[in-house]
Amino acid sequence: MLIDSGSPGAPAAIGISLTINGEVRELQVAPWTTLLDLLREELDLTGTKKGCDHGQCGACTVLVNGTRINSCLALAVMKDGAEIVTVEGLARHAGQDGAMHPLQAAFVERDAFQCGYCTPGQLCSAAGMISEGHATSREEIREAMSGNICRCGAYTNIVDAIEDVMHAGAAR
Amino acid sequence: MANSISSTGTDSFVGTARSRVDGPAKVTGLAKYAGEFTAADLAHGYVVSGGIAKGRITAIDTAAAEAVPGVVKVFTHENRPRTAWLDYNYQDAVAPPGSPFRALYDDKILYSGQPVALVVAEDFDTARYAASLIKVAYEVEEPLTDVERQREFGYVPPMKRAGIKPPPEPWGDAEGAFASAPVQLRNDYTLAVEHHNPMEPHASTVVWEGDGRITVYDKIQGVSNSQGYIAGVFGMDKDKVRVLNPYLGGGFGLGLRPQYQLFLAVMAARELERSVRVVLTRDQMFTMSYRPDVRQTISLGSDEEGKLLSLRHEALSGTSRFEDYQEVVVNWSAILYGGCENVALDYRLTQIDTFTPSDMRAPGAVTGVFALEIAMDELAYATKQDPIALRLKNYTDRDPTEGKPFGSKSLRACYEQGAELFGWSERNPEPRSMRDGKELVGWGMATGVWEALMQKSSAQATLTADGKLVVGNSTGDIGTGTYTILTQIAADALGLPMEDVTTKLGDTDLAEAPVAGGSWTAASSGTAVMKACRKIAADVFAMARAMDDSPLANVDLERVVFTGGRIEVAGDPSRSVSLVEAMAAAGVDKVEATESAGPDAGHAKEFASYTHSAIFAEVKIDEELGQVRLTRIVSAIAAGKIINPKTARSQILGGVVMGIGSALEEESMLDHAVGRFMNHNLGEYHVPVNADIHDIDVIFVEEEDKANPMGVKGLGEIGIVGTAAAIANAVYHATGKRIRDLPITIDKIIG
Amino acid sequence: MNRFDYVRPTTVEEAVRAIGSAANARFIAGGTNLVDLMKYNVERPERLVDITRLPLEAIEERDGGLGIGALVTNATVAYDDRIKSRYPLLSSAILAGASGQLRNAATTGGNLLQRTRCYYFYDDAMPCNKRDPGTGCQAIGGVNRIHAIFGTSDTCIATHPSDMCVALSALNATVRVTGPAGERIIPLGEFHRLPGDEPQRDTTLAADEIVLSVDLPDEDFGAHHTYLKLRDRLSYAFALVSVAAVMKRDGDTITEARFALGGVAHKPWRNAEAESSLKGKPATRETFEAAADIVIRQAQPQSENGFKVELARRAIIRGLSQAAAGTPQSQSDKRIA
Repeated sequence: MLIDSGSPGAPAAIGISLTINGEVRELQVAPWTTLLDLLREELDLTGTKKGCDHGQCGACTVLVNGTRINSCLALAVMKDGAEIVTVEGLARHAGQDGAMHPLQAAFVERDAFQCGYCTPGQLCSAAGMISEGHATSREEIREAMSGNICRCGAYTNIVDAIEDVMHAGAAR
Repeated sequence: MANSISSTGTDSFVGTARSRVDGPAKVTGLAKYAGEFTAADLAHGYVVSGGIAKGRITAIDTAAAEAVPGVVKVFTHENRPRTAWLDYNYQDAVAPPGSPFRALYDDKILYSGQPVALVVAEDFDTARYAASLIKVAYEVEEPLTDVERQREFGYVPPMKRAGIKPPPEPWGDAEGAFASAPVQLRNDYTLAVEHHNPMEPHASTVVWEGDGRITVYDKIQGVSNSQGYIAGVFGMDKDKVRVLNPYLGGGFGLGLRPQYQLFLAVMAARELERSVRVVLTRDQMFTMSYRPDVRQTISLGSDEEGKLLSLRHEALSGTSRFEDYQEVVVNWSAILYGGCENVALDYRLTQIDTFTPSDMRAPGAVTGVFALEIAMDELAYATKQDPIALRLKNYTDRDPTEGKPFGSKSLRACYEQGAELFGWSERNPEPRSMRDGKELVGWGMATGVWEALMQKSSAQATLTADGKLVVGNSTGDIGTGTYTILTQIAADALGLPMEDVTTKLGDTDLAEAPVAGGSWTAASSGTAVMKACRKIAADVFAMARAMDDSPLANVDLERVVFTGGRIEVAGDPSRSVSLVEAMAAAGVDKVEATESAGPDAGHAKEFASYTHSAIFAEVKIDEELGQVRLTRIVSAIAAGKIINPKTARSQILGGVVMGIGSALEEESMLDHAVGRFMNHNLGEYHVPVNADIHDIDVIFVEEEDKANPMGVKGLGEIGIVGTAAAIANAVYHATGKRIRDLPITIDKIIG
Repeated sequence: MNRFDYVRPTTVEEAVRAIGSAANARFIAGGTNLVDLMKYNVERPERLVDITRLPLEAIEERDGGLGIGALVTNATVAYDDRIKSRYPLLSSAILAGASGQLRNAATTGGNLLQRTRCYYFYDDAMPCNKRDPGTGCQAIGGVNRIHAIFGTSDTCIATHPSDMCVALSALNATVRVTGPAGERIIPLGEFHRLPGDEPQRDTTLAADEIVLSVDLPDEDFGAHHTYLKLRDRLSYAFALVSVAAVMKRDGDTITEARFALGGVAHKPWRNAEAESSLKGKPATRETFEAAADIVIRQAQPQSENGFKVELARRAIIRGLSQAAAGTPQSQSDKRIA
């Protein structure tokens, strides 16, 4: 099926369907609206952060169909039909409704943030990284988490928190 | 325990590791930052940044932008509303002397990236698109942005910046003593220009309340500063301007002064009589302040054994054409090693065509101490001394710049404990002597120092009939843990569990406190909160004692303790009254107190107050390819009482990581031909990523200080100071190559 | 970001028709570079053709080698078992680039077409012949520490930024494309071009052509390969210099060796003379030094990037040493093998 928004200048809103944090949303979006701006500006899901808007900091990381990506570089219209999980839905996604996701709890326990602005992206990235299953050693975690900049410098605590969760998962 | 907050003499919370009370909000995405508040009538502003560094706007074509459906208005210098006339009105609480920048003021271009228009539209996408259609024509003048080339115009700033101590008058004959010293070292040092780059871009959301009032969410390290600025610039009564900022996505000094997006958002909201939000882009974060470009020369003359005979430290700092930004760069040399009899310190400014530099984490100290502590390492090698032994040889217990002893200085303990944990005694001092496989291994160390400051602050506390306590003031928690430590202090002061205490910050409706900066917040706000809680304690005690048949009858306040939500006779828990009972008996539904705290003038007259550190660094270097890996840091800190070892450690980690950035990566590159920082994004301005950071050990050495009632000295800055020098010294130890221009990038290792 | 219309074809034929139907249309898949460029007003397409629904998402056996569909993500390629066992160099190079998030979104075709990281190209307040032909090059004589040392012209000194393409170049991959004129195969070495006097053109792909796949020839280098990347921080940074090397040996003798450099030219940089100099020689440092010297003879550094010449020389020597020794560079262990 060919979807065509029509000519430039025409009122451009395209109907899409997204499942966001478990909830199906039928939305009208302009083709130039990024997934990040859709979440923050239109759906009031401001947990996902805009740090650079160019894929250079990772603060906007969300899970799309279970995969971590930079939502600032994704046009919302192109994600039609996708399942999106943001920091607000991370606990629910992990079946922890009402409580925190183990990563969230570990981040608090390990003081894996200071200002908190990169934190949602770190958490979604860590969740995605764990499910990718390619990083196990501390060194590999550091490399795999290098797409998330923390200017407050909480990196060692972030790796500690992720290791806690991975080890607890391995123990289960 | 000395300096206990609790009336019991033993604190339950202060001094213990506690998770951040604001942690759950931050990890669930519920914590809202300045650009995330909204209003029904919100319009979105997008800034158009100028493309030249010097000259004037000859024409600005906004027609195409204005024609875009959804555009509300385009503001330029040609149609901007009138604002205050005098510079005075634009000078915020921490402004340096000069004429603060005024966005859209006239056709003059003062620096590259200067805002030249603001597009306000119904939605963000439309504002950004319309902004791209604005055409600006300029008459270009040649910009001068190279500090070295402006050296001849250097000057001693005629007006001093408040709170910044100018260099002391020289003593002895530094030049003469240098000339006759057996060992002479004189070298130049530079640290690249750095941009703060907090993760949250600057943002202001102005909510138009419709009754002459505005509510402003501004990215600022202290909302009172924004409120005062808005009142001054727009002629508004302060009580019509409420500014909030409950969370701040990193400041590092860039959030001390109100930045131009605040001016633009308020201007647009007032003109349009509706709510307006302006969020800057990451690239626009390079169109404001930065750590200044400072050219330094250090001259050390010593005897054969490394005892300093002459110490000179000269600095030439770039500032803008319109403000004399000043920081303490050279004084540190004398504060650390000024026992020397011949000392000359010199600090000058020269003007370049950029925005005004600003405070960036440990302003001045990062710059001055990096140079000094590399120079000391050079002296250690020149005199065949162990670097620690050399520093101990020149150790001073007095601050010669002010002629006062230090109130406390546990730097010796930092050297000892840091060296012990690091394993310094295993070091072969010979450069290039240590290897690990293909890599050269280097161990270096340096000293850090920062002034322990306190600012006049007030705080309020409210105990309600249900036994819950709310404390707070207007300062910000910039990620430092202020919410948490104030909660700990309040809980101990009134003997409540932390769960019953809520701390509120970042709201001008709260008791006034200064911006969060300079590492003064713990001491300042902490003391004020403690005093407010003690006032409440006294008031509730009076109620308890006045109860019929009070178990506390005939007992003085000094003889009771506040614990577990109760007031008990010390040593006799059987005689007690709960806070809730006392208030109920008195028929009050709440008890409130507002108290202020300020520096202890008596103590300050007698003593100098500084934090100190010793930093040890290990690097592993592939010499052939110039790759430096920073594999280990030990940072031993003497900063008085530590309120929360968990958040305190994070403060130091953060400083260390930024110091690693300074040492190895961070560099804003100016193209002097166009006067523009060219690598203006996070892809090309390199800050450390996770892969760059290995083990960092933090030690807090015991230190008792009496400058304030809690014995707190502050931690925000000390972690970064000296870190870059320790790394540069480790690089020398590994390679035998002395690099005096940071950052130490691949080209410098192989060059 | 400008206004544009949006079409989402589901077949290659529809996609090719759609790209030809507007003067300034662009394909979009991962979006990791195009959306970035659109936000900077560097790219201002009138039409975006979303090709993510096209059937180009498979890695398939092809002529004894593997064909990687244009829409296969970088992460999928890097972690694919066939790629890891038969083309570990490609896996390694991809993992040396960008971040986990970007690799999850970026596609093979998009990676081929990613544009330079020149500061001036990205900054529409600055002149740039690549972005706006004829406006001049401010990078020449400007801030050019990261710029090219080979194959530059007096109109452009930008570099090609990809890591993946450097490996593909060393592997002698080909690019299968199609357009109104039908399908054709472009050797990787001819896919990217030097700036010359048309720096606005990065590749030889026609505006109305679409990449179908990247095809890897059937060739086995065992453990004799490496991707060595040198940069300004240990991850998430573009290469100052990178080397992709593959080698075959008969005892101590090199029977075949190829290497490409990244971060130094407008395309992955190969030097046939240097490669042939290795053939039949013992795998020693002297041999590698001689090859490296041949390469850097052609270097023409700019005002700030002279260090790249020596860095490239040393990187070639180390890369060839790693390939010869069968000790490829790890992308998570930052110690250089």
